[in-house]
Amino acid sequence: MLDLTPKEIMENRRMTINPCKTCEPVGAMFCALGAEKCMPHSHGSQGCCSYHRTVLSRHFKEPAIASSSSFTEGASVFGGRSNITTSVKNVFDIYKPDIMAIHTTCLSETIGDDVGSYIYDVEIPEGKTVLYASTPSYEGSHIQGFANMMIGFMKYMTKKTGVPNGRVAIFPGWVNPGDDRELKRIARLMEADYIYFPDHDGTLDHPMDGKNEYFHSNAGTSAKDIAALGDCQKLISMGTYCSTEPSEYLKKECKVPYSNIPVPVGVKLTDQYLLELQKITKKEVPAELEEERGRLVDLMLDAHQYVYKKKVAIYGDPDIVYGFTSLCLELGMSPKYIITGTPKDRWQKEIKALMDQYGVDESEYVVKADTDLFYLHQLIKNETVDLLLGSSYGKQIAKAEDIPIVRMGFPVLDRYGNPIQATVGYAGGIRYVEKIVDTMMDRLDRDVEDEDFEVVM
Amino acid sequence: METENYNKNILDARKSSIVITKGCDGKKGGICCDSNSVSGSVSQRACVYCGARVVLNPITDAYHIVHGPIGCSSYTWDIRGSLTSGEDIYRNSFSTDLQETDIIFGGIKKLEAAVDELMEKEENVKLIFIYATCIVGVIGDDVDALCNMKSSQYNIPVIPVKSPGFSGNKSTGYRMACDAIMKVLLPYRGKKKRKAINILGDFNLAGEMWIIKNYFKEMGIDVISGFTGDTSYEQMIEAPRASLNIVQCAGSSTYLANRMEEEFDIPFLKVSFFGIEDTTASLIRVAEALKDEEARKKAVLFCSKKEAELTEFLSLYHKNLAGKKAAIYVGGGFKAISLIRQFKAMGIETVVVGTQTGKKEDYEIMEGLVEPDTIILDDANPAELETFMREKGADILVGGVKERPLAYKLGIAFCDHNHERKFPLAGFEGIYNFTMEINKSINNPVWEFVS
Repeated sequence: MLDLTPKEIMENRRMTINPCKTCEPVGAMFCALGAEKCMPHSHGSQGCCSYHRTVLSRHFKEPAIASSSSFTEGASVFGGRSNITTSVKNVFDIYKPDIMAIHTTCLSETIGDDVGSYIYDVEIPEGKTVLYASTPSYEGSHIQGFANMMIGFMKYMTKKTGVPNGRVAIFPGWVNPGDDRELKRIARLMEADYIYFPDHDGTLDHPMDGKNEYFHSNAGTSAKDIAALGDCQKLISMGTYCSTEPSEYLKKECKVPYSNIPVPVGVKLTDQYLLELQKITKKEVPAELEEERGRLVDLMLDAHQYVYKKKVAIYGDPDIVYGFTSLCLELGMSPKYIITGTPKDRWQKEIKALMDQYGVDESEYVVKADTDLFYLHQLIKNETVDLLLGSSYGKQIAKAEDIPIVRMGFPVLDRYGNPIQATVGYAGGIRYVEKIVDTMMDRLDRDVEDEDFEVVM
Repeated sequence: METENYNKNILDARKSSIVITKGCDGKKGGICCDSNSVSGSVSQRACVYCGARVVLNPITDAYHIVHGPIGCSSYTWDIRGSLTSGEDIYRNSFSTDLQETDIIFGGIKKLEAAVDELMEKEENVKLIFIYATCIVGVIGDDVDALCNMKSSQYNIPVIPVKSPGFSGNKSTGYRMACDAIMKVLLPYRGKKKRKAINILGDFNLAGEMWIIKNYFKEMGIDVISGFTGDTSYEQMIEAPRASLNIVQCAGSSTYLANRMEEEFDIPFLKVSFFGIEDTTASLIRVAEALKDEEARKKAVLFCSKKEAELTEFLSLYHKNLAGKKAAIYVGGGFKAISLIRQFKAMGIETVVVGTQTGKKEDYEIMEGLVEPDTIILDDANPAELETFMREKGADILVGGVKERPLAYKLGIAFCDHNHERKFPLAGFEGIYNFTMEINKSINNPVWEFVS
């Protein structure tokens, strides 16, 4: 497995090998699936849409519906205006969504399609919305596409009426449906009246009810709520790279102030989420959450000796990797390699600041944005780690180097039940501490000599 | 066909791609297929690049460099489940990861640097494929010229695969892949022939190529190269010496077989190794085509022994499966035809059958195989699949990755006959796996919880 990776580290490579990112449009598609009765539409060749649906389906183990402009030679020469016109008609005729959220691709961007003007001209059924976001695949990563699509929604749908609604807006960033449920539960327990956007709870983990609806009622952020974002008193947004630009947009257009916090993985970051909610609701943290926090800390104490100073490589999307780096530090682990494919240099400074908080010297770890898993593999070949923490694509390295792996982030293609449970909050913390500790201890059991093998640990 | 659902849920532009069989007296043919997808319809199809990529991907020691923005490379990284007995270079993902500046100033320099870097850093590079995705032609990168230059510079084949997604459908991509293979083979024209075969259109999913190769070993027939399952460069270039090509996945590889016949004078035979009937017939036909009476005898003996074992095995499952109804939605026509036959042997009636890239003649054969009132679809979308599976009361759907969740949501059992198959479904071994898979999905207690 991965026999070709040389040990000698190749800096400034010209080729991306085994990427730790994908392209913008899939982020836009994922984001749009978090709005109620919304059909994501890919304006480009058929394969884009097909690939995005496939990877989403494989991660969420759910149908991921989206339509495509199905570009032909003609469209790529003369522009895709007629593809948009036909698509809008067909999508509303057959699938009857409330919203159609169009995103562009490398092709439609390169040929210069002006989707904004196309949809301005197109006939849209009464009461329906067609919106678009520009997501050129040759910029940023899927994370940027996600942020761009959030802005696309707000551009077309969010209004500032001037009458404050007193509600708090929550942007969770790129998380799983299980996380959405957890973040909303915490907000409810803190008695916040919130608008949560986007919301994949129920859209990409719909309970089995024997029905196959393209769009489920009461799942996803409603059009009404997206419109009302402009009248919110405050926005709490999570994840620098998924949510800062959408937060800035809402601030600029509708004067909604915001706090951007890291995705709440582990104790401290969840505390921070609670504090932000508390600032708005002025409520005491309820006993239920206090106790959950206590149980998480108790678990960490019970298990700490098995993970202390264990070296871990964390890779994936910038926001979730930040969260997990924090959790690993809380557990006393040593994040050794911290990697994202998303091209954001600033992220390296943020990770460094986090490591500084725990007094970890720069010489003890490698943090790198805009890189790939080939690089991570080379690092590991030079100095191995005790655990891999990231997407399913790390399993090749795990096998090649015989390192245990705990899956988190996107995509997890080879395990079931992951996206329906929480990563975030104290509950998510408990789940992942258990996963990490179990994995390390299973490895210990596998590897120890018979005379050291213990039933009680 | 004028049912209420049909008119309600089906786009006008799609109606010519749906046929209801009328039984023996009805006129056959007339399905509209092999055309472009309709904008705004949720097609289950992919693109030209995807077609080219899936055909070439299993070549184990080739470097597959995807020239374009990162997505196309990301989504096709190690997705096929094609197994290897040799190198595993193909299981990596190489991309030029084009950025905005490349779009403006052109990406060819980056591609050149990528190839140079590869040649410098990796030892023993034998074969490079360079896939040109959607925007490469649009921004004016001359990939052909670069490939020519690098081929002569390094004295290895650097083969362009022109596969912009918009330039047709998946079948176009198959052709592009076949052309790329031919570019590798052409310099080896005129080699001395020997009595041996190539297996075209098998991708060694879950090790199926190995199963088929074993049968030929049993019969005493040499296999030179597979296209492209578990194949290396060295094996490929020996392929022109074969005296017969056999074509399994007709959709992707008939074109290659035709070209190999033209260029290397190798006749071909269409075969299918799915189902008892088709596997037996195929093995015997190959022996006959090679005029190898001994191999034919061995095949007859071997197949009847296998069939006897299987008959016993199938009778165990008959009570579980007889009378069930199946829906089929797969890539190519030949696979669909074999599935219909095997389902028949299991006592299961096929009530809906469709393909992404079936040809007119495939659909005609299907019409001849199924009962009257069966729905036949070309390039179906989920709405159509749902409508007809419900209407026809299908118990199981055989399909690919995007169909799985659809089936489950409808409370219909599912069997993956595509990239995600985890057990080989080819040959006699495949019948065991297929039957058990169908059984374990259809008769799983989990369905009791579905309201």
